[in-house]
Amino acid sequence: MKITMTVNGKTRSGEAEGRTLLVNFLRDTLGLTGTHVGCDTSQCGACVVHVNGQAVKSCTMLAAEADGAQVSTIEGQAAPDGTLNTIQQAFQDHHGLQCGFCTPGMVMSATALLKENPKPTEAEIRHYLEGNICRCTGYHNIVKAIMAASGQDVGAIAAE
Amino acid sequence: MYNFEFVKPSTVAEAVAALKDEGAQALGGGQTLLPTMKQRLASPETLVSLSGIAEMIGVNAAGGTVTIGGATSHAAVAAQAGAYPALAALAGGIGDPAVRNRGTIGGSVANNDPAACYPSAVLASGATVVTNAREIAADDYFQGMFATALEEGEIITAIRFPVPQAANYQKFEQPASRFAMAGVFVAKYADGVRVAVTGAGNDGVFRWAEAEAALSANFSPAAIEGLSLSGDDMIGDVHGSGAYRAHLVKVLTKRAVAACG
Amino acid sequence: MPKDGIGASTKRREDIRFLTGAGNYTDDINIHGQTYAHFVRSDVAHGKINNIDTSAAEAMDGVIKIFTAADFASAGGIPCGWQVTDRFGQPMQEPKHPILAEGKVRHVGDPICVVIAETLEQARDAGEAIEIDIEELEPVLNMKDALKDGATKVHDDLTSNLCYDWGFVEENRDAVDAAIKSAHHVTTLELVNNRLVPNPMEPRVAVGHYARANDEYTLYTTSQNPHVIRLLMGAFVLGIPEHKLRVVAPDVGGGFGSKIYHYAEEAFVTYASKVINRPVKWTSTRSEAFISDAHGRDHVTKIELAMDENYMFTAVRTDTYANMGAYLSTFAPSIPTWLHGTLMAGNYTTPLVYVNVKAVFTNTVPVDAYRGAGRPEATFQLERVIDKAAREIGMDPAELRRRNFIKPEQFPYQTPVAVMYDTGNYHATLDKALEMTDYANFDKRAAESKARGKLRGYGLAHFIEACGIAPSNLVGQLGARAGLYESATVRVNATGSISVFTGSHSHGQGHETTFAQVVAEMIGIDVSQIDIVHGDTSKTPMGMGTYGSRSIAVGGSAMVRATEKIINKAKKIAAHLLEASEADIELKDGKFSVAGTDKSVEWAGVTLAAYVPHNYPLENLEPGLEETAFYDPANFTYPSGAYVCEVEVDPDTGKVDILGFTAADDFGNVINPMIVAGQVHGGVAQGIGQALLENTVFDENGQLLTGSFMDYAMPRASDMPSFDVDHSCQTPCTHNPLGVKGCGEAGAIGSPPAVVNAVIDALQRGGYNVDHIDMPVSPSRVWAAMQQG
Repeated sequence: MKITMTVNGKTRSGEAEGRTLLVNFLRDTLGLTGTHVGCDTSQCGACVVHVNGQAVKSCTMLAAEADGAQVSTIEGQAAPDGTLNTIQQAFQDHHGLQCGFCTPGMVMSATALLKENPKPTEAEIRHYLEGNICRCTGYHNIVKAIMAASGQDVGAIAAE
Repeated sequence: MYNFEFVKPSTVAEAVAALKDEGAQALGGGQTLLPTMKQRLASPETLVSLSGIAEMIGVNAAGGTVTIGGATSHAAVAAQAGAYPALAALAGGIGDPAVRNRGTIGGSVANNDPAACYPSAVLASGATVVTNAREIAADDYFQGMFATALEEGEIITAIRFPVPQAANYQKFEQPASRFAMAGVFVAKYADGVRVAVTGAGNDGVFRWAEAEAALSANFSPAAIEGLSLSGDDMIGDVHGSGAYRAHLVKVLTKRAVAACG
Repeated sequence: MPKDGIGASTKRREDIRFLTGAGNYTDDINIHGQTYAHFVRSDVAHGKINNIDTSAAEAMDGVIKIFTAADFASAGGIPCGWQVTDRFGQPMQEPKHPILAEGKVRHVGDPICVVIAETLEQARDAGEAIEIDIEELEPVLNMKDALKDGATKVHDDLTSNLCYDWGFVEENRDAVDAAIKSAHHVTTLELVNNRLVPNPMEPRVAVGHYARANDEYTLYTTSQNPHVIRLLMGAFVLGIPEHKLRVVAPDVGGGFGSKIYHYAEEAFVTYASKVINRPVKWTSTRSEAFISDAHGRDHVTKIELAMDENYMFTAVRTDTYANMGAYLSTFAPSIPTWLHGTLMAGNYTTPLVYVNVKAVFTNTVPVDAYRGAGRPEATFQLERVIDKAAREIGMDPAELRRRNFIKPEQFPYQTPVAVMYDTGNYHATLDKALEMTDYANFDKRAAESKARGKLRGYGLAHFIEACGIAPSNLVGQLGARAGLYESATVRVNATGSISVFTGSHSHGQGHETTFAQVVAEMIGIDVSQIDIVHGDTSKTPMGMGTYGSRSIAVGGSAMVRATEKIINKAKKIAAHLLEASEADIELKDGKFSVAGTDKSVEWAGVTLAAYVPHNYPLENLEPGLEETAFYDPANFTYPSGAYVCEVEVDPDTGKVDILGFTAADDFGNVINPMIVAGQVHGGVAQGIGQALLENTVFDENGQLLTGSFMDYAMPRASDMPSFDVDHSCQTPCTHNPLGVKGCGEAGAIGSPPAVVNAVIDALQRGGYNVDHIDMPVSPSRVWAAMQQG
């Protein structure tokens, strides 16, 4: 079947089977390989994208379910000239990533969090990241980056 | 996963018709079904998405009852079921934010995973499971792990919760999956207290009758003190023995009662 | 002085691509004409393969070819890179590790056959249609049972399930026994170091691409060390000469040891690509990773600590069973031996140590190095038994450690277990950690927790590790079948910019930033002028890769040596240009000047002269500015540190909450403090994961019960506290040019005993007589211990 969706503001179409997952459609059909697959049980969150403004795990959603939807992925977060957005910049500033594999999902989840809750506490950030697993950072600098991106003092997070 | 035909009806009637086909299965939010299919443990020939049925989405509060459409996401329940705060809180604690944006109450209750949160709320509230064909009382609905009163092709269109005087849900998470290792929903109504336990029982969600009786007589944590559950009836696995789960149920019940204030 | 030189928390340049979805991981690579491989794996732990019938599967849509062991008759087995000699002077037992199972399957996940098809789903469909007749055999699972007479054997052609029985220091065996017999006090502890699944977030991927036109093979793979893969696979498995085999490890999503090893899937896709004359891609699912990536740890140990009447340690004796799994993974034999036994002196002056290790084959997934590799196992035993000893004799655990520490003035310190620590100051790191955690006021905090119905505990651990591996001649004597030097080529371009080609591999460590900082510092140019290239055997000199906290200590040293050569040559050129004596040339802030004069030439002026040698001493100097260095370290490096964990235990549920975690490390000199802190955070999180959450459990049939994130508890953000880390205590390494020690593994080494010590402390303070709980210290285990205690 033919699937059409608006991805990062552009209309994109492609062929999909019933079983085609949104993540496969993004990666294989549209070539947007920034969204990653880190597990097969819907837990790691490396595949988080936004569909109609809501964070979803693109490995646990059929492409067909996103037909006609507005989808945003990590590739659409920076400005057209490549300038990092506030959250991306905070991740770099505070060393919120190491190997980078979980990072797209982390950034997309962080974006969803700050939309819902512009000034989250440290505990709220940690709780919100329940579905995003990072093996490198111990989360410390991710939490700090999100706190900083929200415009809050990161002194609340213990010094490194 | 195996391939299948995907259909997305826009009314309950169309969905019911589509589900009459051999090998057709309903797809709620897919948060359990899709991972199962990825493991090739399920092979429906047709998946009938319920996500496009407007009449099955939404939260309604009226006359002491909260009615939730079967295709309503956990996130929507968390945000909109303020008339039943314990239920909204339970929904807001399922899985993680991305899962809550896709997973639905109907999907969860139809699946009846023994560690899912919702079945405890449905059972403790004495809720009514409304399907395309009939209404099923919670006490008749749950029939053991992954087993329910639903017939083949029957769709949960809504669930009606009578709002209690006080209620609280306490969950102790399994450390890996974050499903309930034990979850206790306590709901206090004018005619008595209902206590439903998820995550722990060998037969799935169940009512803890002794606790209900004790709490109906004396709604305080102290009322639970002398009670105990047998670990033999509880799930034992790598995360904890049956005895541990039985202990957790008691602890969580006391905490839920205390949290009711 | 460049602003982004040594010591600056320079932001990582690699982040830009990772933050914008522009990373290039192996699974992002798709080659025209690519096919997909699906491995059909054993679903039983131990069995005899009676028959494989692929006929129905071969006829299915999209199937290109199905491979079985018969297709690899001419290939070698997957080699083991380390031969351990047992305590009787005999080499270890070393079974063949075939690419695909030959006759028997030996663990759940052992690959039996592979389907290559046009699409992955077609390959999986066909895989299900292959009929495999396996006669199940009794699985060998418990290590002690496996060594009993008459036990079922994992490998029929070996004499038993014992890989080796290793003793160290064997000559001390009797003296240690005597010291323990005559000791004033002996503390004994039996413990399990739980098996872990490394689980880097990127599952393994391999893409094989054979180009018939020039008979060249390219393997794209998720590896920490592409040259090691090229050597092992080319020379020992497939017989492909190096010049025809290119191995590329592009962006790699974490490794933690599990991507060091040469795996069957890599050899398979490389070989199969030639057979079918098309590219072949294999992408592991997470579930597949759980049964095909090498696991870590899995030791069962008894440790005894002997003390004299002054509570000075007089001897340590350990008895360990180490699980090898079904086959020997690349470096498996070295982990429980040379990376474990040599650390059993810890930070202490214990004069006598004897370590016995019996390595055992079982019908489980192979076990190899995982972050720390042997050193966490050593540290855990030692730091737990010291804590228990302190409790038994009624002494403050910090004080017991302090009085047994090697003193600052005793360095270099020759331990009784072969290694010589060059530098250290354990008193300093301990004092720092106690100060950072306000140890003096812990009792007040414990009282406050108690008022809330919680049990608070304070856990301390000190650690030493040997990293920066390793002197090649030494490891060669110990059985390594590889050298452990590192390499770098520094290529200066005509206009002065620089490309550094390093044999180290970055998969999260930030080398592209830190390595550039070092070169920027040495030459005095802006860091943006320097690029770091890694991960491609066609570009970098032969290098041994990244593991064992060796990148900056060994790879960085190679880069320093190559840069020194560059500077030396550039000074000659500058001397010519400035018409001065080479001895008078100074390089500062990117400018060569003649000492005592105002004559100078910019860096770029010299580099241009090297490539446009019009005014150049061609008679005695080659044009160009490119140098390579190989660096083989003279010794290991010895980072150390004091870790403190503060916990609260919920006595109702047994749940442990970590309130604070503090690390005071001595890494020697630090290049980029931000990155060093990040490495500690990650290591500590993995250590906390081991201590509280992660466990790998096989049932009585050898089925992995914790085979996905549904049952294997990965640490989440809400499980972790904020960390307080410090690396201001610095005793620089004396034998490498940067004075660095390495920081990658420390966190995972020092943290597990700190966490468990804290939990035990909490329970003891709460009146529970519990002196040990095996990891993971899960709520149910804590609760069960409380019922006993």
